Amino acid sequence: MLEVLIFATLNGLVTGFLLFMLASGLTLIFSMMGVLNFAHASFYMLGAYFAYSLSLYFGFWTGLIFAPLIVGVLGALVERYGLRKVHQSGHVAELVFTFGLAFLIEEAVQFFWGRDTKNYQTPEILDFPLFTLLGQEFSAYRGFMMAISIGIFIALYYVLTKSRVGIIIQAAITHPQTVANLGHNVPLIFMGVFGVGTALAGVAGVIAGPVLTTFPGMAAVLGSIVFVIVVIGGLGSLAGAFIASLLIGLLQSYAIASDVGMPDLLDLLGLSFARDHPLNDLWTINLPQIAPVLPFLLLVLVLIFRPTGLLGKREE
Amino acid sequence: MNHYNPFKTVSFSMRKSLMAACLGSILSFGGASQAQEPVRIAFMDPLSGTFASIGNSGLKILEFAADYLYNSRGGILGGRMIEIVSLDNKQSPNETQLQFRRAVSEGIQIIFQGNSSAVASTLSQTISRHNRRNPGQEVLQLNYAAVDPILTEENCSFWHFRFDAHANMKLNVLTDYIAQNPEIKKMYIIGQDYSFGQVVSDTSIALLKQKRPDIEIVGNEFHPIGQVKDFTPYVTKIVSSGADAVITGNFGADMVSLARSIIDSGLDIPIYTFYAAYDGITATLGEDGKDRIRLIHNEYANPVPTEERREFNRAFKAANPNNDVTQPRIVNALQMLVTAMEQSQSTDPYDLAIALEDMRFTTLSGEEVWMRADDHQIFQGLHVSVHTDEGIEFDGDNSGFGLFTEYNVPADETIVETSCQMTRPRR
Repeated sequence: MLEVLIFATLNGLVTGFLLFMLASGLTLIFSMMGVLNFAHASFYMLGAYFAYSLSLYFGFWTGLIFAPLIVGVLGALVERYGLRKVHQSGHVAELVFTFGLAFLIEEAVQFFWGRDTKNYQTPEILDFPLFTLLGQEFSAYRGFMMAISIGIFIALYYVLTKSRVGIIIQAAITHPQTVANLGHNVPLIFMGVFGVGTALAGVAGVIAGPVLTTFPGMAAVLGSIVFVIVVIGGLGSLAGAFIASLLIGLLQSYAIASDVGMPDLLDLLGLSFARDHPLNDLWTINLPQIAPVLPFLLLVLVLIFRPTGLLGKREE
Repeated sequence: MNHYNPFKTVSFSMRKSLMAACLGSILSFGGASQAQEPVRIAFMDPLSGTFASIGNSGLKILEFAADYLYNSRGGILGGRMIEIVSLDNKQSPNETQLQFRRAVSEGIQIIFQGNSSAVASTLSQTISRHNRRNPGQEVLQLNYAAVDPILTEENCSFWHFRFDAHANMKLNVLTDYIAQNPEIKKMYIIGQDYSFGQVVSDTSIALLKQKRPDIEIVGNEFHPIGQVKDFTPYVTKIVSSGADAVITGNFGADMVSLARSIIDSGLDIPIYTFYAAYDGITATLGEDGKDRIRLIHNEYANPVPTEERREFNRAFKAANPNNDVTQPRIVNALQMLVTAMEQSQSTDPYDLAIALEDMRFTTLSGEEVWMRADDHQIFQGLHVSVHTDEGIEFDGDNSGFGLFTEYNVPADETIVETSCQMTRPRR
């Protein structure tokens, strides 16, 4: 059982950090522009597909470096020539714009790359078990994923809190007019943040593509969960997004690893139901079965009991 | 995020009717025949979303078979063309109802559908109700892949025909094959949490208990369909359970992700599947999956049984270099449908159903298949094949890898009892 616990923790952390890479960009963009970018997960998908195409010709590492750059530039262009124009019509228009963009990107991906799963593989150099513990292997690639994510988290944290750019960005979040009056180019900052945010999503796509499979549904599978994280963490809060990412990664991982369910609860209460009971499905449900739904349950609970999210301040 | 996109299907059918119009004008220009009304057949499966690749690969096969076998050879019923109308149901029962209404309003009376037993059940019920209320405008359902036994058992319908072996038939053969392997002592079952996944789990457990009581079921897991991002946590459980084989009914992205996670974990055990091939899966598994992934299926794999089948596959590959003939049973279903049309000289679903009942038909693979009248279930040989690159004539995804058949069971040994009490409409 111990090895299950250890590996559940490791897997939870890998997923958590990966989710944070997406959520960090999303929450930054939200706190600056006040718009929830529905197309964010689509940029994650684009990252995976660009990296796949690049890896066919130049290998994995080129893809790792250039795919996020391409995605970031695309993101910046979307902000400059799309979102900025739509912005004048208000937040609802922006929301609808990103919503449409998500569909557009999905269709474009299917148009250019086809609908089937792409054979995007991990690089051979990382094709070995990092360590074997109690009969289970932890692949080097997962270790690499974790290292990249942590590296990006630290870099992001450092840039935002310690550097001059970070201070201007933070100021632009709360007081855009003042920052503009001080002579800073606020629209440029917005464009930069949007570009970097989407590039981060691109990085997540590049490193997740080989293990979570690269297919046109990958944005939809991850997209909803990223919104859950941003809302649970508190809209616009980077630290909140970090906590929520790890929380959800671990929550899902532990839930799948667990073996408890309603039967155990009923045993504990001394109750039992016949197999042909009309609610039999409910009495036999177990935790692994509902694991992927748990984040959404958490979302509902958080919205009811703490509408601002864990660390959010916006609504106060 | 299951979204509804009204524009997509419209454009599909617009393209279709445009093509039909062009075809029609060419024909009348050439004076080859009077512009006869085409026989319209709907193909209703996911053409967008998570499972789009499977739907599209089926559509390509049906379109190609119609053109290659019939339209390019003067059509059917004395010169009528077959027109395939694709309707995107996004693998959702709701969307299926909407698309069914569309098919009816366009006067289409034959529907091909295969993906998801949940969708097939909805469609079967919808069609039964519709046919009862609208005599003279009946619709026929040709199910080429939804394998929940219930469709030809308790919920069987006169208007539903299944051209694939159902899950219990397949599992019967698969467990026979597994039972022959004395090295397997601990079995892990994992599947998508819906009707088919449940059937795979329940039936495998029951059959293994019968055939190999010494095999211990060390895991029986369900996960939501199309929702799991990462299967590693599940694989961790498989490893720690000490399983030495896995059975799964997963398909599409759920199948690839599961297989990849198992392979990545370094677990070297056989994986018994229903759908682990083609549409990107074969290429993704590649060298890592060699000799580990096995499939239970009907029709053929490698070696190719007949010259006719080989010719058909070559022609298909020439027309669709990036696709494979993933589901030859679609071709069988179309051929049997056309045979029924020619026999009855009619396209009326009732006449077709009567003609299809008890039909014995020799496929391109040279095998005689039988459509049982009692429950409208087809019977043909079943095979267990392995994912490999040795002895492969027709590979999957142009990867060099494909399926090589290891174990054959002839049609008459796959016949199972049915509990179907079919209500037959009176004419």
